[in-house]
Amino acid sequence: MTFDPWNLTAFVLMAIATYACRAGGYWLFRQISPSPTLRAIMAYIPGALFVSFVVPAIIKGGLQPLVGAVATAAVMLATRSLPLSITVGLAAAWAVWLFR
Amino acid sequence: MTDTPVVFTRAGMLRGAKDSFPLLVGMTPFGLVCGIMAQGVGMSVGEISLMSGLVYAGAAQVVALAIWGHPPDLISVTLAAFVVNLRFALMGPVLAPWLNHMRGWRLWGSLFMTVDQNWALSLREMNAGGRDAGYLMGSGMALWLMWVGTSALGHILGSQIRPEPGHPLFFTALGVFVAMLATMWRGRVDVLPWAVAGCVSAGMAQLLPGTFYYIVAGALAGSITGGLRDRRREKRAA
Repeated sequence: MTFDPWNLTAFVLMAIATYACRAGGYWLFRQISPSPTLRAIMAYIPGALFVSFVVPAIIKGGLQPLVGAVATAAVMLATRSLPLSITVGLAAAWAVWLFR
Repeated sequence: MTDTPVVFTRAGMLRGAKDSFPLLVGMTPFGLVCGIMAQGVGMSVGEISLMSGLVYAGAAQVVALAIWGHPPDLISVTLAAFVVNLRFALMGPVLAPWLNHMRGWRLWGSLFMTVDQNWALSLREMNAGGRDAGYLMGSGMALWLMWVGTSALGHILGSQIRPEPGHPLFFTALGVFVAMLATMWRGRVDVLPWAVAGCVSAGMAQLLPGTFYYIVAGALAGSITGGLRDRRREKRAA
């Protein structure tokens, strides 16, 4: 098992950059006392964040992720079961892929 | 929010780990792909395990592995990690009602263990009145173990499975996000902020292809729109 020093350096730098994001946002936030406006904005972060992750990915991927996403969301809303919704979504995406 | 104090117990950690089980299933193909890519650029099993353990951010690792050289361009891969993971900076403050009650390794360790999946899971737990902050770290540790394990396994399987780009297996990573997004829907108040987030992120992805600024840009645009609208309504009602 080999460990290349350049690779190790890159891992450490990436880890520092990633942890700076994870801890830095919270740390900065703790330095200020959030105003009511900031708190109102924060209530919308979860949904807006996940929408911003999903929408461009579907646009880039086309029909297959679109069908998979619609199936996943529909099953999730109906059953509230994460494993079931992902399984059905994957099956739907797979079907589109097979019949493309 | 209740007045019950926030605690951090082993039982909470165990429950977090148990609740993250379905997420582990969704994470598996993603970890395998990461390992396959690492094998493709000539890393050892030890190297990809170390990378996954230290960085612990799937999307950033896949992006970095796609541009990995010999030696890797240190500035490019570090910047890629920073930009792809900038979204984490928005996540920590949302869990402040839990995090503010933690100190030392529990606080900074919980932040290290935060990824999209267990953040959304913990947020649901917190909003449902959960007061055991160990839930975040417990679910994060389960996901961390699975992430390191599946990326190592992907490396070992390496040459056997080589799913082409666009293979439906890659959908599972997106599927987890879609399923969690479905549970975040609160009704009409979300229409405008979600629409703004969708349009801004899609537009940014077109303007700056190959970068990941669109996630943070869309998240900020959507949440600021929703927050400012609510404040204006409150002021008008007052």
